[in-house]
Amino acid sequence: MYVAVKGGEQAIDNAHRLLAKKRRGDTDRPALEVAQIRQQLPLAVARVMSEGSLYDEELAALAIKQAAGDLLEAIFLLRAYRTTLPRFAASVPLDTGRMQLSRRISATFKDLPGGQLLGPTFDYTHRLLDFALLAEGEPAATPAESAAPASLEPCPRVLEMLGREGLMTPERDEGAAVPDMTREPLEFPASRAQRLQALARGDEGFLLALGYSTQRGYGRNHPFAGEIRIGEVEVWLETPELDFAVPLGDIEVTECEMINQFVGHTPDQAQFTRGYGLAFGYAERKAMGMALVDRALRAGEYGEEVQGPAQQEEFVLMHCDNVEAGGFVSHLKLPHYVDFQAELELIRKMRQPAQDATPTEPAPLEENRA
Amino acid sequence: MTALHSQAPAGETGGEYAFAYLDEQTKRMIRRGLLKAVAIPGYQVPFGGREMPLPYGWGTGGMQVTAAILGGDDVLKVIDQGADDTTNAVSIRRFFSRTAGVATTTRTPEATVIQTRHRVPETPLSNDQILVFQVPIPEPLRFIEPAETETRTMHALRDYGIMHVKLYEDIATFGHIATAYAYPVTVDDRYVMDPSPIPKFDNPKLDMNPALMLFGAGREKRLYAVPPYTRVVSLDFEDHPFAVQRWTECCAVCGSRDSFLDELIVDDAGTKRFVCSDTDYCRQRQQETGQ
Repeated sequence: MYVAVKGGEQAIDNAHRLLAKKRRGDTDRPALEVAQIRQQLPLAVARVMSEGSLYDEELAALAIKQAAGDLLEAIFLLRAYRTTLPRFAASVPLDTGRMQLSRRISATFKDLPGGQLLGPTFDYTHRLLDFALLAEGEPAATPAESAAPASLEPCPRVLEMLGREGLMTPERDEGAAVPDMTREPLEFPASRAQRLQALARGDEGFLLALGYSTQRGYGRNHPFAGEIRIGEVEVWLETPELDFAVPLGDIEVTECEMINQFVGHTPDQAQFTRGYGLAFGYAERKAMGMALVDRALRAGEYGEEVQGPAQQEEFVLMHCDNVEAGGFVSHLKLPHYVDFQAELELIRKMRQPAQDATPTEPAPLEENRA
Repeated sequence: MTALHSQAPAGETGGEYAFAYLDEQTKRMIRRGLLKAVAIPGYQVPFGGREMPLPYGWGTGGMQVTAAILGGDDVLKVIDQGADDTTNAVSIRRFFSRTAGVATTTRTPEATVIQTRHRVPETPLSNDQILVFQVPIPEPLRFIEPAETETRTMHALRDYGIMHVKLYEDIATFGHIATAYAYPVTVDDRYVMDPSPIPKFDNPKLDMNPALMLFGAGREKRLYAVPPYTRVVSLDFEDHPFAVQRWTECCAVCGSRDSFLDELIVDDAGTKRFVCSDTDYCRQRQQETGQ
């Protein structure tokens, strides 16, 4: 007599134990400290904070540790925590013009007010494995530190300067309440605020690939990296008790503003358009991908023909979230015995007439199934 | 098999989370959505679905519905594929006994709330029970028309022509309607509804069922409902009437000829055995026959 497979509870407990063991690795080695992850894997922390939609470096580092380095799992952990937090206010819009810059580049002007500052970047590094790090030493000596650590005073944003000349299409602040897509379901067509929110939480890889697709012609719109800036900005809050705003603290953000092809009904009205990207922490690739996709999604606004997937609002917004995507793909691992049995029954029924018509195959269905 | 699992002490999570995990405001918001869903049978109500500590696609919609309707004296049963002991059913049952401290059961007649994935229990339900379905894709028209803006308009206009064309094309190609599960139904003569991926074998159980049936789609953020004693009709044609699956075999354990059977391959030669997918129903029958 067949005994149906039992023991789901025991199996789950065992799986949890094995996972804990795998996460910890060899216990002869010291355990990773959350502080080490926070300090030494800051770019992973930034990604988890951005896509987890919660600015908390320590909890993001904890999530990375708990997820054994699986960043999507860490993002999921942070999101599941975030969803339980109360929401008490929306901040005053960030003033990125007053950012304490650690990096600021523009691909559109050789020199500009405030200048250019490379800051800490992988750009221009040669991607050669550094075996000194493998030997747990310090990396090969870099040229003596420049006399004074370079930094930039807060400076105006590049697109603002073009805007003053009337060359950028203006962005209008309708003053409407800030929608919260984690509280209200998305409905289409979405507002730009909702789109930007979805993209800010969206998967970096997905946005990168979609942005790339626009560069290759699927909804092309000629981007220039007008400005990328990374640094600390103050978050201000207006509370009902006070009639002025108070600062809550600083957060590090990456902002990317793309300058895109012009629009205008007549040549003398021609203006550049903008794609906007913003992410927590040092997250340049994410901010650039987001800016490309934001601009692509403005096709309707500018009367452009929708040709590429990156321009299709519902397609992009419904599929950019990696917690949703990861969950639904992974649910394929759950049992589907019942649906599969229903399909089996159907496909056998469909094949039955063909089998009946073959005299060399007399086996009736009942015998096959005995 | 014990009928009632030992009740986990309420507040096992150390008071960090509310009863049944979700905060009271969220549960109220979901209950409002459910009331609307009950008032408009088969209509998909958008709701502010929350992120749950389980992955999307693993029953987050059903869990939010269960969390919103659960009370301290409820008795919860969770099944997946008809079985109480499949890993995800175990996981969800544990979640609620941990966060809500409610009693759980595997016996269908004893449960007041049954959360299910892919099956309707074989044991008839009563009018003091609620069946909560986990729904992956709530939109029955989705695989014909991918855009939500289009499908909402179709529902509003009751424009279900494309669905009938799809079913007709099945008949033209295969000789019959080639949908074995998630078979579309019309609810209360108005909305076409996805009954969730239950086998079409279960569709007749939805019709005039005394129990309240609630559907939750977490990732897609939709709620819908079939109130008790509501007409639910599976789509078909006069010359191709709706029919359910039948097996030539009976259950190898309890001998049932009326239940939905899972097919098991029991040896390397591919020998097949069929057993009830509803484990509680199978157990009840074994007790009756004294096996």
